[in-house]
Amino acid sequence: MKKSYTITAFSENHVGLLNRITIIFTRRHVNIETLTVSASAIKGIHKFTIVINDTKEKVEKVVSQIEKLVEVLKAYYHTDDEIVHQEIALYKVPTRALLESNTLEKTIRNHNARILEVTPEFTVIEKTGHKEETQELFEILNKYGVKQFTRSGRVAITRSKKELLTSYLKEVDKAQSIHITNNN
Amino acid sequence: MKEQTSITDIEKKDKMTKITGSEALMLSLLQEGVEVIFGYPGGAIMPVYDALMNHEDKIRHILTRHEQGAIHAAQGYARVTGKVGVCMTTSGPGATNLITGVADAMVDSTPIVCLTGQVTSPLLGSDAFQETDVIGITMPVTKWNYLVTQADEIPEVIAQAFYIARTGRPGPVVIDLAKNAQFGELNFKYKKCTSIRSYVARPEIEADKIKEAAKLINKAKKPYVLFGQGVILGRAEKEFRAFIEKSGIPAAWTILGKSALPTDHPLNVGMLGMHGNYGTNIKSNECDVMIAIGMRFDDRVTGDLSKYAKQAKVIHLELDPAEINKIVKADVAVLGDVKESLPMLTEKIERKTHESWIKEFKDCDKIEYEKVINKALYPDKPGLTMGEVVRIITEKTNGEAIVVTDVGQQQMFASRYVKLNHTRSFVTSGGLGTMGFGLPAAHGAKIGAPDKVVIGIIGDGGFQMTIQELATINQTQAAVKLVLLNNTYLGMVRQWQQLFFNKRYSATKLKNPDFIKVAEGFGIKGRKITERSTLENGIEEMLNYDGPFLLEVEIEKEANVFPMVPAGASVSDVMFSSD
Ligand SMILES: Cc1ncc(C[n+]2csc(CCOP(=O)(O)OP(=O)(O)O)c2C)c(N)n1
Ligand SMILES: [Mg+2]
Repeated sequence: MKKSYTITAFSENHVGLLNRITIIFTRRHVNIETLTVSASAIKGIHKFTIVINDTKEKVEKVVSQIEKLVEVLKAYYHTDDEIVHQEIALYKVPTRALLESNTLEKTIRNHNARILEVTPEFTVIEKTGHKEETQELFEILNKYGVKQFTRSGRVAITRSKKELLTSYLKEVDKAQSIHITNNN
Repeated sequence: MKEQTSITDIEKKDKMTKITGSEALMLSLLQEGVEVIFGYPGGAIMPVYDALMNHEDKIRHILTRHEQGAIHAAQGYARVTGKVGVCMTTSGPGATNLITGVADAMVDSTPIVCLTGQVTSPLLGSDAFQETDVIGITMPVTKWNYLVTQADEIPEVIAQAFYIARTGRPGPVVIDLAKNAQFGELNFKYKKCTSIRSYVARPEIEADKIKEAAKLINKAKKPYVLFGQGVILGRAEKEFRAFIEKSGIPAAWTILGKSALPTDHPLNVGMLGMHGNYGTNIKSNECDVMIAIGMRFDDRVTGDLSKYAKQAKVIHLELDPAEINKIVKADVAVLGDVKESLPMLTEKIERKTHESWIKEFKDCDKIEYEKVINKALYPDKPGLTMGEVVRIITEKTNGEAIVVTDVGQQQMFASRYVKLNHTRSFVTSGGLGTMGFGLPAAHGAKIGAPDKVVIGIIGDGGFQMTIQELATINQTQAAVKLVLLNNTYLGMVRQWQQLFFNKRYSATKLKNPDFIKVAEGFGIKGRKITERSTLENGIEEMLNYDGPFLLEVEIEKEANVFPMVPAGASVSDVMFSSD
């Protein structure tokens, strides 16, 4: 059964790594729904957050192929209920619509969205939330004519108590110091 | 550390002087113990070739006639020596000509370092002369690749390249060297790479998995070992033997695992896969515990996966985590280096013999012998068979030779029938099935193992794909023995056309050159055999000849390889003939 999985991969920062990761998906004909690259909490380590819609079997295989990449420290996958996740959406609507409608301002407030910029021509609205939520607001705003719309990739944080990568790094450090002493 | 003491003089020297990136590359290769480079020069790698001249006494360069020849030779060299094979080319076409070999080394886990020249870094991305995106092109087919844009990166990158190529599951690494990095200067200091934070060369073995595996094995009535190249790559041949000898379990090999166990070992029950043995295939669907060791369940081995080993509990000993559960779900996955895991397992298993179970294999062998093998090895019809050539080669070399093959029918006959006593003595393109591999790989193998008899068994089609390497052989005078099995067809494809496409021989008939004359033109001695009566003598002449030799054997034109598990069929459905 296909469902949404969030893959997080932690890596050293290297030119070309994004390409290396995406070809793993391309080769298996797996579509990437969203992709975000950012710094992680650990200095020098980058984090890829990739959302795909596929079977558990497929996601397992893809994750082990990602982890196999030399520059990748660790890769995990999570179902939506194992993570706290958000996406951010920006909407550009005509300012006229805002002035003429008496419900629009309320809608924005009810959706916990906010206004970033107002000019005589247009207004930029921002909302963070799950995709369904930002989509819902889009549907409403679009009645007034959304001129531009953009949604970011997913960012996610795990619900587990254990910090997977930190403990992994500790292990690696330990193993490497053993390794080095052995060589002396 | 030992390496550090050995470079003190170099270190002292470079406190005073800077050296060029190209010189640093040479010193780095020396630090990695490189003795041979297979390569081909050109504009973007000329500074390195210039530096090479300063080290000709220690690093031998073999000038091939095509870059594909260089990488296949490096593969042959790596496979027989266990060292990293090195090849070197210029940018653009030089680098793209390597791709087939890189892909081949990737799928067959061969440690290779390719050094490719690249345009000077300010020109990167400008469509400069002979600029290709080598990093981009090789990304899907390398274990690792890296573009060097500054001279001072060279020592560390080369150290990492060799470490990555040879450790863990080995594979090809491409280092693309921008010309400015070759010219640029640096203070040279070399430190061997012993670990990379983001890369696990040897996953730790979980003791409870060993226990679980041992429990399954101890209870098994019909346990069955399938072994692959992992045993060889892990240098675990001894440990593997100890394991099967104590457990008494029959063991079958994948084509790349062939030489990990002597062919005549009493527990060696033969070859797996599409043209493997009868018993080895059908018993995959009858065993109760399947122990897969350093192999990856290629579809040529499993046949129809939905009908493969469903009855068996599967234990998978494997170094690469991505191979676990990739094709066949493991009931017990023992992740780790088989050199460590096998002794742990051997300790925990009971000493047993499985006589009646092994007899089942022997019974199958009898059937296969009558239906196929006897006819192949001792034909009673006039036409010469590939089987008899391979049989006589075994007889004349007593299993002591290194055998290298190309791809096609001749490859299957060689794998099925050649007997070998030693590990790393069978070199073939397994996962990619690259025609043209055999000739250069045989040459590379001979360079790597000059004291061994090295025999290349090659079809008439594949021979012509890298035939230019005869010139390379003539230049090195490496005494490689080439056996050309000429059936005037792309035999393997013709066989499929006969069996599955109504004998419509579309584009498989070859009008061949006079190979002996061609060889002569290249300066290689040759002889053509057309009759059974002279075959033995021909093989003897080839083996006794002091130098490279081409023995062409005219083979019956429309012979087939059997048994066969047709593509997509179950391993239980073995075909013995075309009728
Ligand atoms: C580079 C490449 N091209 C095509 C193929 C497909 N192919 C597999 S076997 C074969 C026929 C090989 O003919 P030959 O070299 O004469 O060997 P034979 O089967 O006759 O022993 C072909 C064309 C291949 N494996 N590799
Ligand atoms: Mg042929």
